[in-house]
Amino acid sequence: MNSGEMRGAPVYTEFHPRWYRKRVSTYWWLWKWSYLRFVLREISSVFVAWFVMVVLALIAGLSRGPEAYSAWQEWMRHPAVIAVNGVSFFFVLVHAVTWFNLAPRAMVMRVGGKGLPDAVIAGANYLAWAIVSAILGWLVLRAG
Amino acid sequence: MKTKTTRRLVEPLLWSLFSAGGAVAALSLPVLLFLFGLAIPLGWLEAPNYEAMHGLVQQPLTRVSLFVICWLALFHWAHRFRYTLYDGLQIKHLNEVITVFCYGGALLGTGVAGYLLWNFR
Repeated sequence: MNSGEMRGAPVYTEFHPRWYRKRVSTYWWLWKWSYLRFVLREISSVFVAWFVMVVLALIAGLSRGPEAYSAWQEWMRHPAVIAVNGVSFFFVLVHAVTWFNLAPRAMVMRVGGKGLPDAVIAGANYLAWAIVSAILGWLVLRAG
Repeated sequence: MKTKTTRRLVEPLLWSLFSAGGAVAALSLPVLLFLFGLAIPLGWLEAPNYEAMHGLVQQPLTRVSLFVICWLALFHWAHRFRYTLYDGLQIKHLNEVITVFCYGGALLGTGVAGYLLWNFR
């Protein structure tokens, strides 16, 4: 949006006139690393949703009985599913890292009138990540 | 305009769900995906047996946690994916379809999660 041409107080109307805009290619995000990174980060949500489906299938299998659970395990060992899960793991990591790195921007915390340094907030998030991962890992592997 | 008012009420709620879901997904999904998606199927770690897994999921606390993870993570997906399609692919003319698909899908998934976990035997 180029507002450099406008002078004085803009007049707001409910239906503003359409100004000239250059057509942007559908693939605009492919040509610059920072744009591509943005799109990769956004795409991570698809793999988050995929893993929720996997978890729902696991819950359904566990609920139905040992055979259904084995069938789920068998399905998880299928090379195609492992491949999808490998890609998903990469994207979920991208999601986690970008999320925690943005946390200092999203939550501004003040202690004694001073803002906490970004590194402290990001560090606290990474620490929480490590603790949650350790607890979940212990819960699952204890059952192994 | 009624639709505008509704949007003003709903949009912050959807954003909060996106944000909460992002945090929940970032904290809990990498380790679960690594274990169930890679380490166990590839035989790096021993697979949890049925009784233990069943017992774990049967705990009320596990069921509530799993429901919250599924619910928030799905709404996180819905909100983010909606804007990815909107900005990334610029398919703005399909706005209504995309909105219904994303949030409808998230609602459906949340319903399935609730049903499965509530009726877990």
